[in-house]
Amino acid sequence: MATTTLDRLDLSVQKGKERSMLSMTWHQFRRHHMAMIGSFVLLLLILGSILVSVVSPYDPEKSSMRERRDPPSLVHPMGTDTLGRDMMTRLLYGGRVSLTIGLLATVVGISIGTTIGALAGYYGGWLDNALMRLTDLFISMPRLFMLIIMTLLLRSWDVPLLKANGGVGGIILILGILSWTGTARLVRGQFLGLKEKEFVEAARALGIKNMRIVFRHILPNTATPIIVAATLLVANTIIAESGLSFLGFGVQPPTPTWGNMLNAAQDEMRKGNWWMAFFPGLMIFLTVISINYIGDGLRDALDPHKIQ
Amino acid sequence: MTSYIIRRLIQAVPLLFLISFIVFVLISLAPGGPMSAFEENPNLTPEDLARLEEQLGLNKPIHERYLAWISRILVGDWGYSNATRRPVLTEIGDRLPNTLQLMVISFIVTILLAIPIGIISALKQYSVFDHMATFLAFVGQAVPIFWFGLILIIVFNVWLNNPVSPSSGFAWSHLWDCGDCKPLMPGGGMAPYGVENPTLGQRIQHLILPVTMLALFGTGTYTRYMRGQMLEVIHLDYVRTARAKGLSELQVIIRHALKNALTPVITIMALQLPGLFGGALFTETIFSWPGMGRLFFRSAQRVDYPLLMGIVMINASLIILFNLLADITYAVLDPRVRYD
Repeated sequence: MATTTLDRLDLSVQKGKERSMLSMTWHQFRRHHMAMIGSFVLLLLILGSILVSVVSPYDPEKSSMRERRDPPSLVHPMGTDTLGRDMMTRLLYGGRVSLTIGLLATVVGISIGTTIGALAGYYGGWLDNALMRLTDLFISMPRLFMLIIMTLLLRSWDVPLLKANGGVGGIILILGILSWTGTARLVRGQFLGLKEKEFVEAARALGIKNMRIVFRHILPNTATPIIVAATLLVANTIIAESGLSFLGFGVQPPTPTWGNMLNAAQDEMRKGNWWMAFFPGLMIFLTVISINYIGDGLRDALDPHKIQ
Repeated sequence: MTSYIIRRLIQAVPLLFLISFIVFVLISLAPGGPMSAFEENPNLTPEDLARLEEQLGLNKPIHERYLAWISRILVGDWGYSNATRRPVLTEIGDRLPNTLQLMVISFIVTILLAIPIGIISALKQYSVFDHMATFLAFVGQAVPIFWFGLILIIVFNVWLNNPVSPSSGFAWSHLWDCGDCKPLMPGGGMAPYGVENPTLGQRIQHLILPVTMLALFGTGTYTRYMRGQMLEVIHLDYVRTARAKGLSELQVIIRHALKNALTPVITIMALQLPGLFGGALFTETIFSWPGMGRLFFRSAQRVDYPLLMGIVMINASLIILFNLLADITYAVLDPRVRYD
């Protein structure tokens, strides 16, 4: 008896390996060498930041007058700062702050952006118009200038949540508020395309409420570009926070962050103590380039056109 | 076409007002400001303070203060700097040309580097040149601009010495005892210290490091973009047609492919020009360049309301203007856009 279509399908499922979306994505990601290297480096940095209290023999706050301004050596791989504190230890502690800010601010930004983009794209009409004008408004504002002005504002708000640890919470908030526009445009574009598809029509015919359609039906299909955008946004935010702290408007000392360590290094480096400026920036650079490569790899891995 | 332009213009104006209002409100909420100097003075009684507030008009509701401010702005009275008591427009006017100098020269350098490298990268895809160029572009995008500036100073100002200086040749000032050495590159300022009218050579010398710093990110970004555009274009049918017609490769590239690849790139680059103000802020602060960026930085430290507002207004206006120009350019070049 001739094999039916169903038999043939059955056979092909048995022959090929059962592949979930996750494993397909992972396999494609693994083929992107630079992304793998980036993941490794980033993992190293994250682990270093988390484990530094366990692994490092130095106290990041304890000054040592004898060892002030020491260049890199076996004892201090990245040298010491003006108070004799070990740079590597401080940098890894600072990494905690910088990485956390990058992550949380991105979460804020993505949340706002996705919501605005979804609403604008799905409902269209005057809501779309209004939200897009709002987006245009935020895009037209000079970002760095606005960030600085908002930090001035933060100084007058005595909210402990925002002010703790040198103002970390406040920085996360304002970075998030000024970083959602790219995501909003992206999500809106996705929604404009997806809302015409049959599965949305079917959902509506079944009587599913709009909000549920937006969040449980359409949004999961936009996950891919949002993930890639989020990855790149983290890198962006880390640079923004570092820049802000470098100017003195971001996280305030003594809370260490890579940016404000660079700030402290400016005078020193002209005297020849280069390591104080080199290593903090190196950390930022390694983090950002790793994240960028990871984002590149993710974009390739999640691209449905490229799956073999 | 004209209706499109008019429509966009009409949209741009309220945007500008809205931005100015938001910034005005934000700054007025910030601590420090016209009253702070008075509040610290122990000789002034609360009644005096209230009277001063009334005189300066600070006790009126926010929308009234805003309307008063914006109507003065539109007439040309941008107020006086709290710090220096000089008119805001003068302070900005003194410095704007310096910033523009930096930005425009960086822009030109970026074009001169990114476009050719991007094109060659695309034409020789997957070659050694392409891989190196792509890698360097990627790196250039990831380097924090302020760190790069510091590194430039460390290498070219602190370490390397001027081979033309009196004592010895190239020397690393820590390894050799080079008492008389002058650094290879100046570490700041638009001209050597105390020099009123720098020569062209001196100006260029002082421009090299800041421009390099400012141009890095853009060069990385646009090299990749140019490469991408070029790759897209050379695979299109009309390029194949041009080749089939027997035109030389050079002709095909320059006359047919390049024009279409170049347009979006140049448009995007020009559109992003106001964004260079942010980078200029870091550049001017690190290299002590007397420009608008550094002015903003100092004004923010002192919460100098009028100056801050003035600078943000100018910057926002430029951003909106450039957005508008880019949209119009797109409409001119790509007729499909007009029927939106």
